[in-house]
Amino acid sequence: MSARLSVAVQSEDFDLRHEHQQLVQNDHGVGAVVAFIGMVRDLNLADDVVALELEHYPGMTEKSLMNIVQQAESRWSLQAARVVHRVGKMYPGDQIVLVLTASTHRGDAYEANSFIMDYLKTEAPFWKKEWTPEGPRWIEARDSDDLAAARWAAQQPTPNP
Amino acid sequence: MHLKVLYFAQLREKFGLAEEAVQAPEGVRTIADLMQHLAKRGGVWQETLDGQYAFRVAMNQEMVSQQTALIEGAEVAIFRPVTGG
Repeated sequence: MSARLSVAVQSEDFDLRHEHQQLVQNDHGVGAVVAFIGMVRDLNLADDVVALELEHYPGMTEKSLMNIVQQAESRWSLQAARVVHRVGKMYPGDQIVLVLTASTHRGDAYEANSFIMDYLKTEAPFWKKEWTPEGPRWIEARDSDDLAAARWAAQQPTPNP
Repeated sequence: MHLKVLYFAQLREKFGLAEEAVQAPEGVRTIADLMQHLAKRGGVWQETLDGQYAFRVAMNQEMVSQQTALIEGAEVAIFRPVTGG
């Protein structure tokens, strides 16, 4: 049975409970679900962040996210995976991104979830702009994100039973 | 060669342009050639695309390298390294 994979890019907020129910449906083969939620924080480097604006590349973003989720499915044994990424203006405390992974055993769900986030941060065409009391400022990519994604490339994929 | 070129985020603001139709002259065959062609406009174009400033390029919505050959009619997007998540 192939895994149920889906992605969404939206300006609206998402509901973890609803997304979780949709993900597992009536699949009683699922033994583990890992949920990652990225949030807007009010402090980045030195300034107070009053809002965050997320721009993306419509069309490419969805393809890129699906490609990342498919790569995760080819490396780990997953029953289902779902990525929801918000775009537009958000405020401290808001949810930005949701990654759900479901598997029979927790190891696959944990690792696949981490892999999806690491790749999303370096591959998916999103750009963050912070609004601070001094005005807007684009966030620059960090080398630590590239290193986080690169460690997966250095690892042997887990054989899929 | 006819191309549709898109600019996102920092580059869209620097160039004051989100997209344009580019008629590239003969001899412009790769992504690197296109970057040089655009850099010849001088000013902010040259500063941004001459190689001193990090950027990424996608063609037909797939990430590509500087050596990738251009495809007639392609959608080429230029942007800073991504910062989602």
